[in-house]
Amino acid sequence: MSGPLTLSQKVWNNHIVREHAGEPSLIYIDLHLVHEVTSPQAFSGLRERGLKVRRPDLTVATTDHSIPTSDRSLPILDPIAAKQVAQLQTNCDEFGVPCFGVHSQDQGIVHVIGPELGLTQPGMTVVCGDSHTATHGAFGALAFGIGTSEVQNVLATQTLLQRPSRTYKVQVDGVLKPGVSAKDIILALCAKVGIGGGTGCVFEYTGSSIRALDMEGRMTVSNMSIEAGARAGMVAPDDTTFQYLHGRRHAPKGAAWDVAVARWKQLPTDDGAIFDHEISIDGNTLEPMITWGTNPGMGVSISGAVPDPRSIADALERDAVTKALEYMGLEAGKPILGKPVNVVFIGSCTNSRITDLRAAAAILKGRKVNPNVRVMVVPGSQDVKRQAIAEGLPEVFRAAGCDYREPGCSMCIAMNGDQLQPGEYSVSTSNRNFEGRQGKGGRTFLASPQTAAATALAGVVSDIRSIL
Amino acid sequence: MQPFIAFESAVVPIPRNNIDTDQIIPARFLKTTSKDGLADNLFCEWRQDPEFILNTPRGKGKQILLAGDNFGCGSSREHAPWALTQFGFRAVISTSFADIFKENSLKNSLIPIVVSPEVHAKLFTLPEDAVIKVDLATQSITLPDGESVEFPVPAFSKSCLLEGVDELGWILNKESAIAAFEATHPAAINTLA
Repeated sequence: MSGPLTLSQKVWNNHIVREHAGEPSLIYIDLHLVHEVTSPQAFSGLRERGLKVRRPDLTVATTDHSIPTSDRSLPILDPIAAKQVAQLQTNCDEFGVPCFGVHSQDQGIVHVIGPELGLTQPGMTVVCGDSHTATHGAFGALAFGIGTSEVQNVLATQTLLQRPSRTYKVQVDGVLKPGVSAKDIILALCAKVGIGGGTGCVFEYTGSSIRALDMEGRMTVSNMSIEAGARAGMVAPDDTTFQYLHGRRHAPKGAAWDVAVARWKQLPTDDGAIFDHEISIDGNTLEPMITWGTNPGMGVSISGAVPDPRSIADALERDAVTKALEYMGLEAGKPILGKPVNVVFIGSCTNSRITDLRAAAAILKGRKVNPNVRVMVVPGSQDVKRQAIAEGLPEVFRAAGCDYREPGCSMCIAMNGDQLQPGEYSVSTSNRNFEGRQGKGGRTFLASPQTAAATALAGVVSDIRSIL
Repeated sequence: MQPFIAFESAVVPIPRNNIDTDQIIPARFLKTTSKDGLADNLFCEWRQDPEFILNTPRGKGKQILLAGDNFGCGSSREHAPWALTQFGFRAVISTSFADIFKENSLKNSLIPIVVSPEVHAKLFTLPEDAVIKVDLATQSITLPDGESVEFPVPAFSKSCLLEGVDELGWILNKESAIAAFEATHPAAINTLA
C-alpha cells in the first residue's frame, strides 16, 4: 500500500513480518491479553508440542469471565469455574506469563486493565481471545479478537496469519445533547448498519463528536465495533489520548515519551486516503438509544417504538423480528418507555470505567432505586474500584439501594452466577442482548449508564432527559 | 487434523439470520478447560423444543448445516466450531459469516461455504433427503440436479485443510523472519517489569 493511507493501514504496514503472494500476511503482535476462558486449550496445545511462550514480556493474563463478583476472600463455589481459574494461574506460572489473578491488586476485565496500566498504546497491534478486544482501538491500536487456535499461535510465535480488512469510515459530527453519551453513538451505528454491517471491515471513528469524547467514551464506542460486525474499530490518537496515557505504569517515560508521542502523531489517516465504505451519524440530533430485540443491531431511540414485523418485506427478516419480539415479550408498534424491568446492570468492558460509574452515581445520588428492581453495579477493575472509593461512589450506590460488587465481567456474560432468571428483564450497560446472554430466558435491553440509572430509579425503562 | 476429503450429505436447514455464538454454544458451557464434550450443548436452548430440527430424524447424522445470513456473529469462542464439528457437521452454508467465526472454522476443518442469495434460497427448497456434495479441492458444491456452485476459500487455508496441517507448524518455520522483524521493532512495553 502506498499513497495516502488510513490509520489502520499504517498500523498494519508497520507490523508485516512477511508478505508473499498467495499467502496471508504474517503480522507481528505487540500486546497479547489472555484470560481464563479462551486460553486453557491453547496452553495445552503448547504443552503437547513442547513449545514455549515466545514473548511473555508482551503477554499479560487476568481472570475476569468466570470469577464471582461477591466477597473475594471466599473460595469459588462453582467447581468447574474454580478449576478454570486455577488452571490459568498454573498455565501462567509454567509458561512465565504475568498473571493478575483473583487476589491481584491489578485484576479486572481484560479490556479495562490493558488501557489503565498503559499497556495499550497507539499504533500497536493488540489481540485477545475475546471479541471485545476492539476496545483498545480507541487508542489508535489495531486490536481484534481471535479464537483459541490463534491464541496458541500468538503465544508460540508472537505472530498471526491475517488478511487485511476493508476500511470503513464512521463520521460522527456535532455536539451530543445532555443525556446522550458514547454508548448512544455506538448503539445508533449498530442500529443503522445492522449486526453484520461491518463484516470484513475495520471501522475508523472520526468527526467532532468522537474528538470530544474522553478516552473512556472512545473505548465504549470501539468496544462494540464487533456488534456491527467489524472485528476492529479505531480512533486516531490525539492530545486526549496522550494525556490519558501520560504517567501510566507501562507508558513510555522521560525522553522515550517524547519520541513515542512524535511517532504516534504520524498515525492519523492521511488527507486524501480512500475508505472502502463510509457512513455518517449526526451527533447533534442523536437521542438516547435502547435495544428492543435479540441482537445489538435491533435498537431504536428511547422515545421510539418496537418495530412491526408486518411492515418488513423480506421473509427471513420479518421472521427474525417476530421471533425477537416473541422472545422479548414485546408488542409490535408499542413504545419501550415505561416497560417494567427486574434488574439494572451497570458494568462490563463496555461501561464499567470510572466515568461510567460517575455518570450513574451523579443520577443516583440522594435518590433511592425502585424497590422492585435489583440494581447491580460492577466496577471494571481493582483500579476502578479504588478510584470509586476515593470519590465516595460506593456509598452513593449503596445509599441508593444498589448492590455494589467486585470487578469482573459479571452479568454481561452470566458465566459466574450473576444472571437473570427466565423471563426477567434487564436494562444493561453491557454489549450483547442475544437470547440467554444474561442468563437462560433472560431479556436484555442495552443502553447507556445514564439510561440504566434513570431506569433503576423509576423501575421502568426511562428517558434520562426527563430527570436532568 | 485429518486431510479434508470430499463428502456427500443431506442438509440440516435452520432458516434464521444472525445465528450468534451464544445460540451455538451458550457461555455457561465455556468454563471447560478442554475442547471436548461440547456436542451435547450445541444449540442447547433451541434443543429444549422437541420439534427443533436437531431433535428430529432430519437433524441426525447429517454433515451440512444450512443457515441464514451472518452465521456465527458475536463472540470469538472457538467452542462454536468445536461444538459443531463434534456434533458431526463438516460444512455450514450461508450467504455470509462473521469474521472470527469464519477464521475459527477454517482452523477446525469446518468449511464455511458462502453462496449467493439465489443458491441459498434454492437450497432451502430442496427435499429432505436431497444430497449435496462438498468438494474442497474444486471449491464447489454439487446440487442433486447436477448444478455445480463454486465457493470462495482462502488459498492458504485450503491447502492446510487438504493436507490436514495447522498453521502453527508453518509459522514456526518462519522463525528467522520473526527474529529479524523483532530486531528492527523494539518492544514498547515489558509486562514482566
